[in-house]
Amino acid sequence: MGALQSAPAQPEYRDLADKTGFSYEQIGVLHKRFKQLSHNEPTLRRDHFSAIPDLACNPIRAQIIEAFFDRRNYRQNNEGKVEEISFEEFLVVMSHFRPPSMNMTDEQRESIRKEKLRFLFNMHDTDNDGTITLQEYRHVVEELLSRSGALGKETAKSIADAAMLEVASISMGHMEPDEFYEGITFEHFLKLLKGFEIESKMNIRFLNMDTTTLCK
Amino acid sequence: MRLGCWCVLLLLFVSVASAGRDVDSGSNDTGRNPAPEDSHHQTNSTHHKKAFPVLSFNFDHVRKPFEISLWILLALLMKLGFHIIPRVSHVVPESCLLIVVGLLVGGIIKAFDEDAPVQMLDSKFFFLYLLPPIILDAGYFLPMRPFTENLGTILVFAVVGTLWNAFFIGLTMYGVCQIEAVKLGRVDLLSCLLFGSIVSAVDPVAVLAVFEEIHINELLHILVFGESLLNDAVTVVLYHLFTEFSHKGTVTVADAFLGVVSFFVVSLGGILIGAIYGIIGAFTSRFTSHSRVIEPLFVFLYSYMAYLSAEVFHLSGIMSLIACGVVMRPYVEANISHKSYTTIKYFLKMWSSVSETLIFIFLGVSTVAQPHPWNWTFVVVTVVVCFVSRVLGVVSLTYIINKFRIVKLTKKDQFIVAYGGLRGAIAFSLGFLLPDNEMKQLFLTAIITVIFYTVFVQGMTIRPLVELLAVKKKKESKGSINEEIHTQFLDHLLTGIEDICGHYGHHHWKDKLNRFNKAYVKKWLITGERSTEPQLISFYNKMEMKQAMMLVESGSAAKLPTIMTPVSMQNIQPKEPLKRRAIPSISKSREQEIRKMLRGNLQKTRQRLRSYSRHDLMVDPFEEDVSEVRLRKQRVEMERRMSHYLTVPANRQETPPVRKVAFESEHQVYTYDDSESPKGRRAQTNPRPPDEVHLLSESSTRTNQRATPADEQDDQLKLSRCLSDPGPKKDDDES
Repeated sequence: MGALQSAPAQPEYRDLADKTGFSYEQIGVLHKRFKQLSHNEPTLRRDHFSAIPDLACNPIRAQIIEAFFDRRNYRQNNEGKVEEISFEEFLVVMSHFRPPSMNMTDEQRESIRKEKLRFLFNMHDTDNDGTITLQEYRHVVEELLSRSGALGKETAKSIADAAMLEVASISMGHMEPDEFYEGITFEHFLKLLKGFEIESKMNIRFLNMDTTTLCK
Repeated sequence: MRLGCWCVLLLLFVSVASAGRDVDSGSNDTGRNPAPEDSHHQTNSTHHKKAFPVLSFNFDHVRKPFEISLWILLALLMKLGFHIIPRVSHVVPESCLLIVVGLLVGGIIKAFDEDAPVQMLDSKFFFLYLLPPIILDAGYFLPMRPFTENLGTILVFAVVGTLWNAFFIGLTMYGVCQIEAVKLGRVDLLSCLLFGSIVSAVDPVAVLAVFEEIHINELLHILVFGESLLNDAVTVVLYHLFTEFSHKGTVTVADAFLGVVSFFVVSLGGILIGAIYGIIGAFTSRFTSHSRVIEPLFVFLYSYMAYLSAEVFHLSGIMSLIACGVVMRPYVEANISHKSYTTIKYFLKMWSSVSETLIFIFLGVSTVAQPHPWNWTFVVVTVVVCFVSRVLGVVSLTYIINKFRIVKLTKKDQFIVAYGGLRGAIAFSLGFLLPDNEMKQLFLTAIITVIFYTVFVQGMTIRPLVELLAVKKKKESKGSINEEIHTQFLDHLLTGIEDICGHYGHHHWKDKLNRFNKAYVKKWLITGERSTEPQLISFYNKMEMKQAMMLVESGSAAKLPTIMTPVSMQNIQPKEPLKRRAIPSISKSREQEIRKMLRGNLQKTRQRLRSYSRHDLMVDPFEEDVSEVRLRKQRVEMERRMSHYLTVPANRQETPPVRKVAFESEHQVYTYDDSESPKGRRAQTNPRPPDEVHLLSESSTRTNQRATPADEQDDQLKLSRCLSDPGPKKDDDES
């Protein structure tokens, strides 16, 4: 686990806490984890993530790892990918999974919803062009079914096609035979998952106390 | 006028019931004294030669089943009747109306025959026959995802909440009884605690009946409902505990400790028994592919056996039943045929509906049957204390629970949970099982009052309150494939993030359980290839099946099926100009020809006769099950076909089965089958149901007619132009 590092100075934590909304204890725990993952280096790289054994059996592992290195998730309106991330960026990405607090106005809830859906959208839209094309969506479904030893690409294709049809019909209503639906834009994505209640689903529990981690 | 019909019905029923009783007593007399009268008869017979009885009346013979059927019929007619009067049924929940009917019937029977034993809600009858169908229906169709996500909260409410209620009510009532003015000094502590434990439990039947009609959101529904199911263990333990103690007289610490131990034994034992029966049931369903007709019976019988076995050991029968249904369901559903699934669903709904109706009516009837020693203080205080303790319990528990929940419960949620704590027939039946002592009648009266209060007052007012507080309603779920994809995606995403964070949370364990399930359990309990089918694909198949059936059903209906969306595959496929097919124009006469042809074929298939055998299920293309492998292949094929209908790619690499329909100059249609595909072969062997929809298409270059599912509307053809090529067609019966 390494030598007991002195906790970073409070002002640093305060900045991070303001930016991401985590509490000091949570930031401390996550910092510890960051150092564990990066073997006490100041930055994390992709191979550090790939080394997590539990992640190995996750079908969408590649996309999850990519999401950490995607500038669009750093809330700074940048684009593109990076090769290594610091603790601050790690924390910002993690903050997408914070649950909304009890006393929030409807607007705040709505903006949190948008944020989480934006994260998902970025995960699907791998080429950064602002739309999820049929190819990209097919890729998503294929990845989902990849670990399950599925009936092959054929089914994934059909499922993705049916899903795309559904999006198109929800967003566009009626289309002429020669119109072409370019892909799912973010607005369509919002409309699609309107009833999904993502603000209550896309959360994990961030602990205030450090539990001994068994995964390396 | 309608009310008049009802009264006639009621009177008719009542008169038959009491007449039955008279005749019964009458024929009993004659039956009982044959011997001494024999000589009398003989002498009589010599005097009057009895004519041969052309028409005789022997009601005794069929008395019991007749009465039972009559009761059930009455209950169901009442249920029907309520919906004829829309205004009333909108305001008053059905359960209240049924209780009122029960009161009326009981009153009328009592008026007719003063000392008729109108004890209908016999406890044994209730617990062994009326309650299990409702619980099985609830447990089998329990929505697992919200249930497991909120399991901690539900358990806290069920266990801690019920304990709190029981003790608070018991102790308060004891305190009240000690007051001189009430004149109830004989009531001892244990009796009061027993009373408290009976009246504290939230009743699943009442909750179901009321919540079914108000359609609140899933979270609240599962909280209250889950609590009502899981508190059975607590109720059982407390009930037996206090009954034992009141026999023994003194309570030691060891006894209290044993009580706690017995709680764990009762609940975990019940769950274990249920799980064992569930696994056996799932395993049995693996082999039922050759006798589909009896598949539903296995589900029902194994579950009922689980219930009864748990009751044998005084474990919690309700928890056993639920565990059995929950464990059995995913495996059984993968194994059984679609028809059996529908059968199970409808039988369970039917039985539980009948049970529920009967329970409420009998509750009303039994109320009238009891003598009611009325003690204002006791009864009123009971009602008030019940309400107060419920509110206090919910509020304080929520305060603690919210510290551990990700999605907190708001004040509105707490109010609904507290207000939805209805008491029902279980409390009444348990009260009935009390040993006969002086307090029993008073307790029963109080219990009935509480039940009436909660069902009538709270049941009636909860709907306007829900509207007033703008509580979130249940969202209409349309089975969207996108939502399913994202549900799965989120599951994996959150598991991954938890792994990255390094703590083993809810998602991690769920994922581990799923993998264990897939790797070991499914292989044992699911037949053939289905064991490896991932959930997304099963969901997709189900959806396609549903849409296909909708298509078939609406083939003869007037309105368009909803899957014929105005958006089609060619709208989302990237354009490939080379492969685009020109949509030809057909002359009007050709259109007429085509349509007439289709119509003719459709009618022809309807006239096909079938030989009838009682034990055969109609073979239909959705599940021809000669062999499992074929079934699976057929499913995939079917799904592919359907998906082609929905999602035909513009480029045709996979050749559709070729069944060409060529139009000659006359009205003759030649069909020739030049494919060696399995579909072609299957065409000969599959009998088709009469309202099968034909999807005709062909790929010839000559006459590029297109035909749509046989639908007799004029604009159908126009719409078909907007749709893409329907793709491989279904076989028709012209082979």
